[in-house]
Amino acid sequence: MTGVKVELGRRYRFAASHRLHTDRLSEEENVRVFGKCANPYGHGHNYVLEVSVSGDVDPATGMIANLADLDSFVEREVIEVFDHHSMNEDVAAFRDVVPTTENLCIEIFKRLERFPKAKLERVRVQETSNNSFEHEGENERERL
Amino acid sequence: MVLITRKIEFSASHLYHNPAFSAEENRRVFGKCNNPHGHGHNYTLEVTVAGEPDPVTGMVLDLKELKEILEREVMQRMDHRFLNYEVAELKGQIPTCENIARVIWQLLDPKIRQGRLHRVRLYESADLFADCYRNGAGN
Repeated sequence: MTGVKVELGRRYRFAASHRLHTDRLSEEENVRVFGKCANPYGHGHNYVLEVSVSGDVDPATGMIANLADLDSFVEREVIEVFDHHSMNEDVAAFRDVVPTTENLCIEIFKRLERFPKAKLERVRVQETSNNSFEHEGENERERL
Repeated sequence: MVLITRKIEFSASHLYHNPAFSAEENRRVFGKCNNPHGHGHNYTLEVTVAGEPDPVTGMVLDLKELKEILEREVMQRMDHRFLNYEVAELKGQIPTCENIARVIWQLLDPKIRQGRLHRVRLYESADLFADCYRNGAGN
């Protein structure tokens, strides 16, 4: 190739609620560790998900992956599962795992890793405009 | 090591069409991006250079020089142009975000002599972008 690695990045949005709380800690400890995120009925965020995939750019289409394929995969694997849902109540992975955005990144990465048309490089989840989290699975690579 | 990023914006038109495909195939693969007279975007380009700050100037590179390189190599070539017909480097390629970003990387890489080109990120819209990195060690 040309000595350049190209990645395609795409942004998606979903709204979901969560409660940070674990039975492994006492109520007092939960409040100390999670603060108001431990409030019993949960709360929500508008999440922004950034998905990066890599692969050869097909000379016939100029694309790493057809956006329609990526969009429908993410829609099915992530948006339908999380959008307007409670992570604690509605997503099996968070029955016993605290749905922090760190854990959410890992769960979304696992779901999207199965995308058949390109290699998943990384997911980045923005919980609010001030907090964002990234996960690269086993792809850890030196950034510099 | 410090990374420094400069952002510019340009507007250009393009269309996706592969002459080796039938009209039907073009439509199926490229959707409305195949409309024959093209359409346009406001592109945002973020160019990131990596390096050590010079002990005397405190700078990784002279931003004014980077600005001039971006003006010459990108703005003059692509701003307010029809990318399929007016940008020689894209001849024979579908001007997707991936291909435009790669062409920009190839144009800038030899021109940046202070520091080292680290990343080119090209946004076609707020929700769609392509990133280019140097292939090889560390990637």
